[in-house]
Parts: sequence; C-alpha cells; structure tokens
Amino acid sequence: MPDQLPLTPRQRQDLRTVAAMIIPASEEYRVPGADDDAIQVDMLATLGRDAKLVGEALDHLARLAGMPLADLDPAARDGVIKEFRETGGAAAATLVRVVLQCYYRDERVLRSLGLEARAPFPKGHVLQDGDWSLLDPVKARARTMRQVS
Amino acid sequence: MNDPVDVLIIGAGASGAAVAWSLAETKMHILCLEQGGWMNPAEYPSTGRDWEAKFYGEWATSPNVRGRPEDYPINDDNSPIKVVNYNAVGGSTVMYTAHWPRLHPSDFKVKTLDGVADDWPIDYDTLVPFFEENDRIMGTSGLSGDPLSPLTHPPMPPQPLGLSGPLIGKAMNKLGWHWWPSDTTVATMDYEGRARCINLGHCTPACAQGAKSSTDITYWPQAIRAGVELRTHCRVREITTDDNGMASGVVYYDKDGVEQFQPAHVVIIACNGVGTPRLLLNSASGRFPNGLANSSGLVGKNLMFHPYAQIYGYVKEPTDSNRAPPTCLWSKEWYDTDLSRGFVRGYGVQFVRGAGPVFEAVVSEQKGILPWGADHHRVFRKLNGHRLGFSAICEDLPEEHNQVTLDPVLKDSHGIPAPRIDYTISENSRKMMEHALARGREVLETAGATDICINSPIPWGGWHLLGTARMGTDPERSVVNEWGRSHDVKNLFIVDGSVFVTSGGVNPTSTIQAIALYVADQMKQRLANLFD
Repeated sequence: MPDQLPLTPRQRQDLRTVAAMIIPASEEYRVPGADDDAIQVDMLATLGRDAKLVGEALDHLARLAGMPLADLDPAARDGVIKEFRETGGAAAATLVRVVLQCYYRDERVLRSLGLEARAPFPKGHVLQDGDWSLLDPVKARARTMRQVS
Repeated sequence: MNDPVDVLIIGAGASGAAVAWSLAETKMHILCLEQGGWMNPAEYPSTGRDWEAKFYGEWATSPNVRGRPEDYPINDDNSPIKVVNYNAVGGSTVMYTAHWPRLHPSDFKVKTLDGVADDWPIDYDTLVPFFEENDRIMGTSGLSGDPLSPLTHPPMPPQPLGLSGPLIGKAMNKLGWHWWPSDTTVATMDYEGRARCINLGHCTPACAQGAKSSTDITYWPQAIRAGVELRTHCRVREITTDDNGMASGVVYYDKDGVEQFQPAHVVIIACNGVGTPRLLLNSASGRFPNGLANSSGLVGKNLMFHPYAQIYGYVKEPTDSNRAPPTCLWSKEWYDTDLSRGFVRGYGVQFVRGAGPVFEAVVSEQKGILPWGADHHRVFRKLNGHRLGFSAICEDLPEEHNQVTLDPVLKDSHGIPAPRIDYTISENSRKMMEHALARGREVLETAGATDICINSPIPWGGWHLLGTARMGTDPERSVVNEWGRSHDVKNLFIVDGSVFVTSGGVNPTSTIQAIALYVADQMKQRLANLFD
C-alpha cells in the first residue's frame, strides 16, 4: 500500500512529525494527536487535489530541515517550523488545513468535543426556538425605512 | 443545424429560470442552454462525513479553486474581492446562503435622494407584484412587519432563533439598534414538494434536504412541465447577428464538445454580471466591433460587488455553530444615508450563527488565534461552538473603472476567452466598511465576545455580480432599456444582475429574480411589437 500513496516515505515521515507538532495527543482531553495512525491514513487516502501542494510544502520543509524533521533536536525543529510557516505560502497553508480537516472529523476527537461523528444529513439537528419577546423593543420603536417621496 | 426556436435563454440560474417559467405560458418554443448540468442532492457535501473538507475542493465557492468542467476560469488577480459563483441548473442558487432581503424603494432613487450614481428607470412599486410572485415560488420564510424593511409576506414562519439569535438580539437591544429575523428561502415547513429544514447547517454549498430553495427544484420543474426545453452541458461561445443587426442565434459547444449553431428569434441572456459581459464582448463582429449591445461602451463597466466587512468573536455561551442555517437575523440600522457617518449610502447586516469544527480550526489557525502544540486543545474548545459573526454588505457605487473585460491569455476548456476583473474598493466603500467594523465590534463586545477577528473585505466574497450591462432610458448611458431590451439589438434581452443601476446594501437575488419576472411580463405585454 505505501508505495501507491501520493507521498514519498520521507514526505510521509515529515507529515507525521509536523502533524504532531500542530496537534499533539492529550491525556487531559483524551484525544490522539494528529500523528495518530488512523488520522494519518485518512490524510493520505483523501489528499486528492491537495497532493501537489502538500508535496511541495513537505519538499520545502525538507530543504529547511536538511534531514528528517523528527531527527532534529526540539529547538532546531521549532526553528525550522517557524521558518516554514513564515515562508511556506499557500503550500504550507494547504498542508496545515489538510491536517486540521482530517483531525477534526476523527470520531474520537469529535466525541471529545461533544459532537456526533456523522454526516449532517439525514438526521440534521434540533434548533431551539428562542425567546421571541426579545423582538418587542424593536417593534415598539416608531421608526420606518427611508421614504422615497 | 438545429431548428430555430422562438426564445433562447442563456443560463439556467436564478434569473434564467424565472424568465423561462414566466414566458412558458406564451406557448412559444423556448430553449435554455446551460453550461452546467443537473445537480444530484445525494452527492451534496452534507451527505458525507467529509462535508467540511469539500468546501476546500470540489465545493469551493470560487470557480478557479473548484475547477469543475462546468466552470470557466476568471482572472481576478487585479481585484481584492474574488468572484464566486456556481455553474449548474440552478446556478448560484445552488450555492448561496439563502438570505433573502430585497432592495428598498430608496435604492431606486439614489441620484434624487443622495446626488450620487443614477436613478433606476424603474421604481420599487413596479417590481412589487414580481417580488411577491417570486417569494411564493421560491418559498420564503420570515416575519412580516420589519419596520426598517419593505413589507413582505413570507408564506412560512421564520427560522428559530436558536442559541445564537438571542445573544445577538440582547446585544442589539442593549445598544438600541434595529434587528429582525431575516427573510430566507429556507423552508421552515413542508412547502410545495420541498421538505422542511432539519438544520443540516451547511447550507451554502447546497441543501441535501431540499429545504433551501434553488431554481433547479422550484422554477425549473414547473417550467419544464409547461414545455420549456432545457439543454445542459451546453456552453455558449457567442451570439450571432444577421444583416439587419438583429440577434440570429448562438454558437455553442454541446455536451460532447461539438460546435453547434442554434438559431433563435429572441435571445435572453441570464449569465450574471460577469458571464453576461463576457458573452457580449466575445460576440464582437464587423457590425459590432466593440462587442454586442455595446454602443454605449458600458458593457462590462460599473461592476459592483458589495464589499463585505466581516467581524466575529467568541462568547462564553454556546452558539448554534454548524447546527443551523448560517444566517437568521439582519439589521437595517445603517442602511440609509447619514452623512455624519462620513460616507454616502449605507449597508445591511447579516448576523452569522457560527461555524463547524473544521472551518473553525482552519480559519482560527490562519488568524493566529489557534496555536500549534500543547495549548491547541484548550484554545480550540474555547473557540469551537462559541462564534458569533456580523457581516456588513456595503453598497458599492458604480464606477466605470471597475470592469469586466476579456483576458488576452486565459481561456476556458473550450478555448473561449475568460473574463478578467479589474476592481478597486472606493474610498466611500472603505469608510463604510470601517464604520461597519466599529459597529460590529460594539455589538460583539456587548454580547461578551472576545478574540475578535476581522475579514474586510471578505476576499472570496464576490457573490453579487452587478451593474455591467446597466438599464436606463439613455442609450448613451446604458446597455438595456427600462424593460431589459438592448438599445442596440432589438431582439436581445438581459435579465440578470448586470442590469442593476446601483447595488443597494443587500443580497440581490430576490431583486434579480423580480426583475427577470418583470422583463418577462413586459415581453408578454409587447409580443405584437416586441422589436419596435
């Protein structure tokens, strides 16, 4: 399977590393990090039209790091990421967005947020009617729209 | 060659559908050519777990990002506001927020009232029966009696206020400012074969429930039953003319990419404020060297967008997030001219209920308020499901340098020159936007919001494409007359937002469709001497 994926092994390794830097796992919130296996599989499987820009972003990251990102010491890694975010442009933004959009549809993450992991349709949502008496002061004001003549 | 038709409509969106439906009763042979296809609601984003991700790809609002075969590219590099649209049966009514205000009576008299731009050659009262008819067919919900808006009679009750509405209402009441439940085209009860809204939330990129009105599920089924022919995946390249300077038909590419000629006795353009001037300019000929219907030189000029000044923040209370239609309330507090504000004309406001988790994460990370690393989770939980928004729709005045032309290089998949947009935001609009942001901040802070962010203008906010083939009585200062007929080509009509003289400060679709119905009505009344 891996050889059929849109990224090289080195790119996949760096993607996993940077994903964990964006969203690390949290025991407090009982959520995985964005480097979680299932989330990584989702990212790679659904890259689609984003594959080109994500690949460019990871190539840029590799040039800045000069070695696998995970092999850098933490301070050097933070420095590389800072420069990556400053200079990565649309490609870096796409990479970050891909990480976030896959993370925030993961069932465990949504459950932690109190959300259901499902498509909106067909169940939909229930909306409270709200307090319509709030409109009374607006109705009470003697105002009209601008008259033409 | 195809058999000639009586009426050929180009574009099956908001206005093309309305004019087709209205003319159907004449029993003329009416054909509509649409570059897109029929939509399949089973494939709409809200049917999948990846519903938010699709907004960044095949369901992006920008045709340049979306890049579907049905789309055409637009060079909008020289504009701070990018064009957004949708190309399909239903047009951009497939992909819109369903917010449904209409122009005010004063919007038709801006020269008389405020000494700027031009008055329209028609007035609000002329359009009232067509607004009413359109609201019935599109199916609107709302609360009649808004003191600062034209009187409407929505056939369905307003959307619930939900969690976000009362937060906004309380803040507006505290400040003494006007607010009101929006008229929308979201069905709040079962209506004319449409199922009621079940709060899928992600309304803008199409409604899988069919509760949001779009012309593919309202006007078109009725028009087709009445005999109108709708031919999809047909992209018109140019309108041809005969020796008498009358439109003789169109050249188009069919679904197989084969060039076709379709003769017609009457041609109606309904391609929006970018597509219409593009088509007219692409229809230049020896007789019409500057483009068809362009003796005034105003085809493509006076493009108006409505710059959006958006401000949002985060409250402690939960908001509706993605669990409701995105807009539910409007304000007309700053709609009318008050020169003490430092600008002429004004803006409408639409309040935004919230956002889904992916959108929240992506936008907040880009804004720099959602950090990377260990604190990410805490901050995200503070933001997600707590957003309230204020979006001002600022009236854009017509300026000839804001324009649509043909790009000398960029072409669509059929080799047809693409439109190029040159647009700047005027000083008047900038002052209006600053004013709106200041008022929005007051509203949000009164509601208790923090972490306030601004998008001004909303870059991908060029929804409203207006003014590029304006109507008027003077052929030297307008492209079509007061009932939509070209001054130059007597059997050519335009019914979309291109004909707007000024833009008002509200979403225009309701008014666009009322104008399309009005033009159709004028045509029906004049059938015996339509070309005189």
